Amino acid sequence: MVDKIKVGWFSFTCCEDNTIIFTELLNKNYKQWLSKIEFVHARIFRKDDTKEIKPMDIAFIEGAISSNIQEDKLKRIREKTKILIAIGSCAVLGSPSNQRNFFSRENLDEIKPILDRFQYKEKVLKVSDVVKVDESVPGCPMSETAFLQLMNKYINI
Amino acid sequence: MHDFDLNLDEISKIEGAASLDLKVRDNKIIDLKFSISEWKRFYTQAIKGKPAIAIPPLVSRICGTCSNAHLLASIEGIEKAHNIIPSPQTILLRKLLYYGLIIRDHALHLYVFTLPDLLNKQSILDFDTNVPLEHEMLDDTFTVKEVGNQLSIIAGGRSVHAPNLTIGGFIKLPKIEELKNLIPQLVEIRPKIIKLIQIYAEKDFTFKLKTPLTYAALYSEDFSFLEGVIRTCSSTQDVIAGQCQSIPENELGKHLEASIIPYSHARGFTFSGNLMMVGALARLNISKETLNQKTKSSVKQYLDLFPSNNLFHNNLAQAIEILHAIDTSIEIITNLSDITAEAPIKIQPAASNGVGVIEAPRGTLYYQFEINADGTLKKGDIIVPTGQNQIVMEKSIYELVEKLLDEGKDKDMIVTEIEKLIRAFDPCMSCAAHFLKVRWK
Repeated sequence: MVDKIKVGWFSFTCCEDNTIIFTELLNKNYKQWLSKIEFVHARIFRKDDTKEIKPMDIAFIEGAISSNIQEDKLKRIREKTKILIAIGSCAVLGSPSNQRNFFSRENLDEIKPILDRFQYKEKVLKVSDVVKVDESVPGCPMSETAFLQLMNKYINI
Repeated sequence: MHDFDLNLDEISKIEGAASLDLKVRDNKIIDLKFSISEWKRFYTQAIKGKPAIAIPPLVSRICGTCSNAHLLASIEGIEKAHNIIPSPQTILLRKLLYYGLIIRDHALHLYVFTLPDLLNKQSILDFDTNVPLEHEMLDDTFTVKEVGNQLSIIAGGRSVHAPNLTIGGFIKLPKIEELKNLIPQLVEIRPKIIKLIQIYAEKDFTFKLKTPLTYAALYSEDFSFLEGVIRTCSSTQDVIAGQCQSIPENELGKHLEASIIPYSHARGFTFSGNLMMVGALARLNISKETLNQKTKSSVKQYLDLFPSNNLFHNNLAQAIEILHAIDTSIEIITNLSDITAEAPIKIQPAASNGVGVIEAPRGTLYYQFEINADGTLKKGDIIVPTGQNQIVMEKSIYELVEKLLDEGKDKDMIVTEIEKLIRAFDPCMSCAAHFLKVRWK
């Protein structure tokens, strides 16, 4: 029996619309995909202890990076995965989760107590600001067509 | 006697990120903190100064799974501010989009998040296809979700952040033949949902709060989720005695009192000072008689379980709402003879205020806007269901842990039971963590 492809699905700062699109794409593809994939990290499906990141063939990353905690976690994921795919606009471009990067002084002053208290980063980063990205699926939510093309490239081989 | 510290980071099988810290000494809870650990995106700030027409597609990005709820509630708020009355056709098509969301979103929660708990599995991915029930449930999961997904795609252009809806109507109208073609699939999933209702009625768990609880929900004659008045009942006895209170939806904000939770990224709420709960359980408790007639006939014995104080009946209530969404969608589509070309009603900019309230899948969603004379947004307030449920969730976890400690349960069992209870609320952390007005002391 061929080993299954080890996949991680991680959400950072975003609305998780790509996770929802993925679960909807599973509607028509689950028999094929689930026979070939083992989810080693995917909080939406199972208990997921990310204190220790497990080795993966592919890590899907949605969301932008708002804090040092998130930045450290993303770097640990990069170390453990062969391929890292940024999915959706927040991961690929930072937007719209990075909207505070463009706030007026007045807006920034209003949110400052929260940024300080929870140790937010000064600026919200896109994934490629932190780690090397091998593939990107743009869109808000991610483009289903582009995602399916990548699944064909990496999963359906 | 128990002494332990517990830290649950990123609780699984819920929407978004939440965490729990618990400290037990000599079998007593010393400290318990349930917090929303999503990182904020500051939407209430970001919408200030933007043209009103640009607000709905932006706020839909607050949440992936409830995106179309945010879209419709914000559209309603802006329409009310400008005295725009949508056409009867627009109202019907919005309902269809929304029923697609209810089917898709509740199915995700019930099949993917909570059903593994009932079948003693870690995950839906562990369902054994050699076990007939597990095989059937796995297939039903994706068949049911797909029909909800397709209904929203046909009605709104996409099931997430629907692009075809706007203030005053639709940018692009659905094709009637595509809606009609969906009827056989809606009919096909009906028995699957009746089976799901039966499973949740017979297998789900029981937990009742000792603390009195106010249920709140939008009440309409057709259980549409999108219209009506706010009805609140301070107990299930009040429901039975017909002693619930009604308030206009634009006054809801006056009754919701924000409570700052210093360790959480989001704020909690009480209703006129009382512990409150919103969502499917509240809706079924308050307005089960307004469900679709066919739904009521098919699941009468399970509807008799409501009004209920069993918090796990939130799951059963969601399953019944899926059936209502299917039956009502079939009726609406069957009765549609034509979809008329209509341009969206345009806004005439004016200084104004507006409130939009709908029942999102997880409970009442409130938008309040102040709009400038030039049509830009002066200020907006958004109160989401998970914020309204945050305090009762923490209180419930507290009472549950007390009970389990009294029964001598071990730490692993306590963790499992806490997670089941949190999932029963179906919290949505993405929604809850966009707020601004937090003052730290």
